[in-house]
Amino acid sequence: MSEARLPAAFLRSGTSSFAEFLADHAPDLLPTRRLAGSAPLADDAAPHGTTIVALTFPGGVLIAGDRRATMGNLIASRDIEKIYATDEYSAGGFAGTAGIAVELMRLFQVELEHYEKIEGTVLSFDGKANRLSALIRNNLGMAMQGMAVVPLLVGYDVDARRGRMFSYDVTGGRYEETGYHSVGSGSLFAKGSLKKLYRPDLDEDEATRVAIEALYDAADDDSATGGPDVSRRLYPIVHVITAEGGRRLSEQTVAEVATRVVASRLGQPNGPIASLASPSVAGEIPGGDPA
Amino acid sequence: MSMPFYVSPEQLMKDRADFARKGIARGRSVVAVQYADGILFASENPSQALHKVSELYDRIAFAAVGRYNEFENLRIAGVRLADMRGYSYDRRDVTGRALANAYAQTLGAVFSSGGEKPFEVELFVGEIGDTAADDQIYRLTYDGQVADVHQYAVMGGAAESVATYLQERYAEGASLGDALALAVAALGHTDAEDRSIAVDALEVAVLDRTRPQRRKFSRLSPARLESLLGSPSAP
Repeated sequence: MSEARLPAAFLRSGTSSFAEFLADHAPDLLPTRRLAGSAPLADDAAPHGTTIVALTFPGGVLIAGDRRATMGNLIASRDIEKIYATDEYSAGGFAGTAGIAVELMRLFQVELEHYEKIEGTVLSFDGKANRLSALIRNNLGMAMQGMAVVPLLVGYDVDARRGRMFSYDVTGGRYEETGYHSVGSGSLFAKGSLKKLYRPDLDEDEATRVAIEALYDAADDDSATGGPDVSRRLYPIVHVITAEGGRRLSEQTVAEVATRVVASRLGQPNGPIASLASPSVAGEIPGGDPA
Repeated sequence: MSMPFYVSPEQLMKDRADFARKGIARGRSVVAVQYADGILFASENPSQALHKVSELYDRIAFAAVGRYNEFENLRIAGVRLADMRGYSYDRRDVTGRALANAYAQTLGAVFSSGGEKPFEVELFVGEIGDTAADDQIYRLTYDGQVADVHQYAVMGGAAESVATYLQERYAEGASLGDALALAVAALGHTDAEDRSIAVDALEVAVLDRTRPQRRKFSRLSPARLESLLGSPSAP
């Protein structure tokens, strides 16, 4: 970049992908092109991000993440942020090696904005999901060395007019999820919680409550997931996307919901108890009886 | 025996400059006007798809006149440079000055090298700061000269008569509506007559520091232009 005249690569027509441009012109800036051939990294060598939950509600989608990062049995960070607004209508959260994940999310952000500026139009939601797939696939080598990144992408599809979400595996495989999903070390517990609390007709406030309950349940049983930290006033990050665009819920809003969740658990440590009666709600229940 | 023609360097440069100037003079003008909340760019452009004004980065915009393929190439290069800088350093480290410099070096190097056809383009790089006093407009010519201009700037076809019109009527701290009305009137002004340009033949974009988003660039839709031009004193 010290060269005065713009190098030829900048003036070459062709790609509208920022990642492809970097791969061609400055591959050392890509988060995924390092350490080829080195030994696998130990579990406690770098911080890991843990649990992300996401759920759709009529008119939008919500994604939330706890604030903990761990290195082996140590808590590496109590206030890490794992939810990123990737553009106006999409957001992502990640579980896995934090250093690489943060950079990947940043690259993905620039990728979307770059495309928008060069093409003068916004990528479709499926297009965004496919671009993230490609970025994750490039990280496969690092994933084999123990530095996996598993994101969860949510967004409001302006064409289909509904919230959608995609989960990924380390090979870049992408899977559309309906209703709710969770990734990370506490995801087993969060998903169990979501399974019992999720209803397709939740409104935004109820969806926020369900997400915080699910993160609480994940923190309850997974040591790598952090619960609401009342004494330090550290609460989950919640990002909501609707037809009006995306916004992060204010710390105060999340604090109020989290405080209510914590208070209700003082009397009932396991949280809300699902009824044995069959729910009679309209809409699709993920994994529900197809008959 | 054939003799190679001798062409003096002055003549060579003059010919190249004349060539570039002729290409640029064929196009319609683009104006940039500073107003209270930022910078407004306006041009007469019947195409809704091929833009003369576009976004480079959070607070930086690009405007051009001349050959479309050439300035489109330069625009993409600017987006790449800005995004690469912002990605490898920080978003705040992307400055209009650095972009204007890169453009100046590129235009200048091509202009003075014998082997390449000079660019038939002129560019504006506009950047807004936190207050109107920090706003910058850089004007770049085909030969790589940079000028740091204030208040208003014009380039392209009828630049001189448009600039005269603006010079007589420009007022600092104008509202968006007033700045827009002035810019549109200036674009329609010729020595012979004043035309009024239809809203759907206008391309207008602003860098607006009051936008809550990080990206301050926004295009004004024909509907928005209509309502702004209908009541010129509205904020």
